[in-house]
Amino acid sequence: MKTTVTMRDVGDVKIVELHGKITIGSGDLQMREAIHNAVVGGATKILVDMKDVSTIDSSGIGELVGCYTTATNRGAKLKLVNLPPKISDVLTVTQLITVFDVFSNEKDALASY
Amino acid sequence: MTESSPGSPGPIVLWLSSRYENLELGQAVLEYVCRLRGIENDAEHWIGVALREALANAIKHGNRQDPSRRVMLSLGGTANSLEIVVGDEGEGFEATSIADPLAPENQMKTSGRGIFYMKTFMDDVTFSRGERGGTILRMTKHFDSDQKKGAQTR
Repeated sequence: MKTTVTMRDVGDVKIVELHGKITIGSGDLQMREAIHNAVVGGATKILVDMKDVSTIDSSGIGELVGCYTTATNRGAKLKLVNLPPKISDVLTVTQLITVFDVFSNEKDALASY
Repeated sequence: MTESSPGSPGPIVLWLSSRYENLELGQAVLEYVCRLRGIENDAEHWIGVALREALANAIKHGNRQDPSRRVMLSLGGTANSLEIVVGDEGEGFEATSIADPLAPENQMKTSGRGIFYMKTFMDDVTFSRGERGGTILRMTKHFDSDQKKGAQTR
């Protein structure tokens, strides 16, 4: 499955939808570029929707951490929504699940900003 | 050496050029082996995560993404275990020098979690120096008869 990233706006929240693998050489850099562009473009509320992410590896996790740091350093809030159980597990074992604000649905995520 | 499993075609050995595209080939072979051995989908997923980390490390850190350098992948084991061996043609490294990704000072680093994931999702993970240099990673997942069908790996 080819990795794709789609963007949409709901109010002042930029939603970044990831589809496919977020792994080394396949999706990790696409994700970073999309989120970086959103931050540079002035977005201060970024919601990463991971509903269609099939797998993520340490490189993808590293990029996600880097995006979070970049966003935070620029005064933006980056949050996660719709984590598939296995993606949640990968974040849990490295204790990163406590770093990110994670929501189970978009409505709650949007209301949190 | 990798032992063969009764009922399986024995160890499968591939030599891959150091390209990330070959992660997909390694994963496809793993899926074939898991199907052959009746290893259920959840277990296959987590073993696949470990395998991709191993191959990515060999390509990136071992062979420095030099396509002319090869990565050896072997999938074997016994009736109740799956053993994966990954070898590279790099300079080798000291596994004990890897920082703990759970340490507070490392939590927000953008790298350094690959070996941790391998150790989390597999039962045994060891590193050694290859006879001709490079690093040999050997990792094993053990199964009881029930785990072959429908058990979690963690």
